[in-house]
Amino acid sequence: MKIEKLVQALELEVKCGKDYLDREVTGGYTGDLLSDVMGNSKEGYIWITRQVHQNIVAVASLKELAGIILINSCQPAPDTLEKAEAEKIPVMVSGLPAFEISGQIYNLLTSTG
Amino acid sequence: MGETNQNVYTGSFTIEGGNFNCAGIVSTNIKSILKKLGIPGDLVRKAAIVSYEAEINVVSYAKKAVVNLMVIPGSVNIEVIDEGPGIPNIELAMQEGWSTANQKIREMGFGAGMGLCNIKNYSDEFHISSEIGKGTHLKMIIQTP
Repeated sequence: MKIEKLVQALELEVKCGKDYLDREVTGGYTGDLLSDVMGNSKEGYIWITRQVHQNIVAVASLKELAGIILINSCQPAPDTLEKAEAEKIPVMVSGLPAFEISGQIYNLLTSTG
Repeated sequence: MGETNQNVYTGSFTIEGGNFNCAGIVSTNIKSILKKLGIPGDLVRKAAIVSYEAEINVVSYAKKAVVNLMVIPGSVNIEVIDEGPGIPNIELAMQEGWSTANQKIREMGFGAGMGLCNIKNYSDEFHISSEIGKGTHLKMIIQTP
C-alpha cells in the first residue's frame, strides 16, 4: 500500500515530503526509542512515534523507512522538516494516539496486502 | 575525505561530542560511500546501523572521535576511536537496557541501553576496548561477498 492511501484513509496531515507519497509501505513499527527502531524496523516500514526532533530523520533515512507518522497531533520541529525534505522522508501528523493509529494501519496493511 | 579505487576505500571522519544537531552525518556519509562502491543494500544498512549507534554514543558521552572506514575485498571495517570518559564495566554496558544516559539524552529517545547490542547484533565481528579517562575503541567488521 502506498503512503498516499494511508494519508487518505487516516486523514493524516502531510507536513513535508509530498513528492514521495507514492512510496510503498511494507509494514510498520511503533516506538519512541531510537535504537529500538534502528534495530527492529525494516526497509519500507512506516514509523509511528511521538519524537519530533530532527534525529528521527537520520534514523528513517539510514533505515530507508517509507515515512514517519507523528501521533497525538505532535508537531515536528522546524529543523526536522528541513532535514526530512532534504532526505526525502515524508513526515505526517495524526491526531490519534499511537495504539489507535498503529491498529488502523495494521488493519489497512493486512486487509489489502 | 577518502580515496576510492574500484571496491576499495579508506577514509576518516570526525564526530563532535555533545552536538545532537549533527548526529548521523558521519553514518549518512558512510552509507552513501558504501552505496557508491556497490556494496549490497542489506549490508549497507547493517553498516549504517552500527555506525549510527556508535556515532550516537560519541555524541552522548565523548568529547570527540575519529571514525576510520576501510573497505577491502570481503569486508567493510569501521573503527571508532573516541576521547571520552571510557566505560568502567564493558560487560555491564553490553547488557541490553543498561545505560548511564542523562535525562536530556533519554527524552530524545536515546540512552535506552540498546546501542551496543545493536552494534554487536548487526556486525559480523565486534571488538570493544576502553580505558577510564581516555576513551573507547570500537571495531566493527561486516563481511561482504
